[in-house]
Amino acid sequence: MSEASIALNRFGMGARAADAPPAAPRRMLIEQMERFTVLPAPIAAYPRTPALAADLAAAYDAVQMQTRAARRDGQNADAVTQEVRQAARQRGRDYYAQAVGVRAQAAVASDAPFVERLVHFWANHFAVSADKQVMVGLTGGFEFDAIRPHVLGRFRDMLHAVERHPAMLLFLDQAQSVGPNSPVGQRFAQRQQGPQRLGLNENLAREILELHTLGVRSVYSQADVTEFARAMTGWTVAGLGRGQGARLAQAGGQAGAFAFAPRIHEAGPRTIIGKRYDQQGEKQASAVLDDLAVHPATAKHIATKLARHFAGDEPPPALVGKLETAFLKSGGDLPAVYRALIDAPEAWVPQPVKFKTPWEWSISTMRALGTQEVPAQAVLGLLNQLGQPVWRPGSPAGYDDIAASWAGPDAVMRRVEAAERFASRTRETIDGRTRAAQLFPDALSATTQQAIARAESPAQSVALMLVSPEFLRR
Amino acid sequence: MLSRRNFVLTGTAGALSLGFAPRLAFAQAATDKRFVFIIQRGAADGLATVAPVGDPAFAAQRGVLAQDFAEAPRLDAMFALHPSLKNVAGLYAAKEALFVHAVASPYRDRSHFDAQNVLESGGTSAYQLKDGWLNRLLGVLPDDERKAIAVAATIPMAMRGKVEVSSYAPSSLPDASDDLLGRVSMLYAQDPQLHAIWQQATATRALTSDLAADNGRNAAATGALAAKLLAADKGARIAMIETGGWDTHAQQRGRLAGQLNGLDQMIASLKTGLGPLWGKTVVLVATEFGRTVKVNGTAGTDHGTASVAWLLGGAVQGGRVAADWPGLGEAALYEGRDLKPTASLDSVIGGAAAAHFGIDPRRVMPSLFPGQSAKPVGGLIRT
Repeated sequence: MSEASIALNRFGMGARAADAPPAAPRRMLIEQMERFTVLPAPIAAYPRTPALAADLAAAYDAVQMQTRAARRDGQNADAVTQEVRQAARQRGRDYYAQAVGVRAQAAVASDAPFVERLVHFWANHFAVSADKQVMVGLTGGFEFDAIRPHVLGRFRDMLHAVERHPAMLLFLDQAQSVGPNSPVGQRFAQRQQGPQRLGLNENLAREILELHTLGVRSVYSQADVTEFARAMTGWTVAGLGRGQGARLAQAGGQAGAFAFAPRIHEAGPRTIIGKRYDQQGEKQASAVLDDLAVHPATAKHIATKLARHFAGDEPPPALVGKLETAFLKSGGDLPAVYRALIDAPEAWVPQPVKFKTPWEWSISTMRALGTQEVPAQAVLGLLNQLGQPVWRPGSPAGYDDIAASWAGPDAVMRRVEAAERFASRTRETIDGRTRAAQLFPDALSATTQQAIARAESPAQSVALMLVSPEFLRR
Repeated sequence: MLSRRNFVLTGTAGALSLGFAPRLAFAQAATDKRFVFIIQRGAADGLATVAPVGDPAFAAQRGVLAQDFAEAPRLDAMFALHPSLKNVAGLYAAKEALFVHAVASPYRDRSHFDAQNVLESGGTSAYQLKDGWLNRLLGVLPDDERKAIAVAATIPMAMRGKVEVSSYAPSSLPDASDDLLGRVSMLYAQDPQLHAIWQQATATRALTSDLAADNGRNAAATGALAAKLLAADKGARIAMIETGGWDTHAQQRGRLAGQLNGLDQMIASLKTGLGPLWGKTVVLVATEFGRTVKVNGTAGTDHGTASVAWLLGGAVQGGRVAADWPGLGEAALYEGRDLKPTASLDSVIGGAAAAHFGIDPRRVMPSLFPGQSAKPVGGLIRT
């Protein structure tokens, strides 16, 4: 690959039909960081998280009101509320589908595709999965409002935004975690009500340590997880949490927004990874996050993942070291880390180092073909078919970032089928010979050039371009 | 630009459309005559379809490709028909099949894209005309029944133009065509990772479908569907069927035999489906250019120049091969490699269309093939 091709394809999301090959590839990437728009038109037109959350909270409120009314009247609540429950679910699904379309539209049209790629990287690093009904409709807002504003900011700020976002608090059960010695916890224990469990939930605290910051098997122990979970109690979502804990929290504030609920917070000093935290209330977990955000283990974890994303499935240790240093020296200033990445020769090796994920392949395809309209349902369908449903990795670890997960026989066959369909829709208006040369400046193998040139129709030449080794990798 | 309908939707794989993967397009003209254009995309080898076995240079020039014709049915003293074309041989015997050999469009380079554009637009050079000659043919026919449909994902170039032609696709999301799969195999041949993945992928696929059987069946089904739409009361009068897979750069014998078998079955089911209407039908089979006279290093042929055009149907003055035969000797070849064109494909189409639809022959060429100086060929159609 030429450096121009590396900048367009490995760092970017693939060239657009009209893009000229960059004369100064590194400078182009820096300029993209200066040019990046947090809220480009399609995303700006999508509701912000507070509006989304308030609307979804209202829909679930309606369910609760009907349920209470039905019980009061001695009716079967399940039967009575079926319609309104379906409406609430549907509202969440609609917001989700719309957001998927908006995300693709922004990526296809972006003139700062390097930063756009980083947004997707961080959204996958801090993965929420649209598996829980109550937060399906918030997944778009999570990326748009917690990740995007901080992609060129400090890691600390992104971490805070992410862990306070209702999608995360609901996905990893934080909203219903109750301190055993909190006012609610104590009252509950005295009354000894029923078999329902009410208490500490370690899920988010653990994933923050394991996935979001320090990394698995690093410097923390189970005792640290539990202590951190205690510190995190009280972090919840107003009016949208499920379960008794969330209801009893009586969190104030706007429905669907982050709230700190003192009634479920486990008060008292905490010791986490050898450091004592005497802060009160919300500030305590905040202080822990501040320290985690600049911890050397975090720097190493983030550096490794970024290096894997840009320099290969087995990230070169030298590059990991450079990124780690940049992270620590700058106190987690992300642009400083990105600049170290751009400066590192390890990220510019001429052989392709990554096999594109289905998302990357789809976006680069649409950019290559000059797609203007990106219908939400079509993107949903395509990504489901190719095996990477958007914001639905099924696990808080996110999607794998290695070829072994994506380069399989069925996966490649599906791409070939999709490529032929994409190509047939170009109505023979694109000639693969010229387009491929444009998209991969000085980077096409003789085999690929020949295959494209010998195609029996313009559409077939486009299909072959889309599944060529050059197009499948970056 | 992609809109909702030209996008990939959730796993609705639709009916299998393997190998031959034909697409149809229909247009309607107010006449009881029927006209079908079957385009062979990818440059079909005319010399391996209607072979000049009587040419003294034939056996030496064609090498391994001559072997198919050892016992092939003779059409006359010079020509023999490919043995896969059993039904077409029957039509020839019934004087319902006519071949025009050493024929070419005005295009003389060897790019599929450009050549198909010339063949379909009817211009003298690529991208010179914005509409297709089939659409312009509709324009000169009586206009009282101009309801037209295209049974295809998109309307082919030959049918695009002022007269509205809508489209209908029998299956929305076909599997990737065999021809594309074959090319992908070559594309990945030098890439160890993708080569291994692709071998597994195609092996899995081979287990789940009998390509050879499906090939012919699928083509026959397309022919039957076309017949249904043409034979219907107020049905389309003009149809176009797209076929691909003719670009036989490697291992031509087996591939071409399969291709011609599919086309033969398509034509047979078209005839059966049309019933008595077959007597009023002309089917034109044509390709963008021919292939090299000599076999290349991979038992195939490369892009050439002249090929063969077919006219089939009860309305055709058939039972003969029309050719001003240029010969296959070295000195006779076009640019030292291809069959030299001695007949104008435009004139054949113009002559067939004019006689079939009763259009003034002086009017037909300027309308369908503006810029073409050759006169329409007469005597192709029974009148």
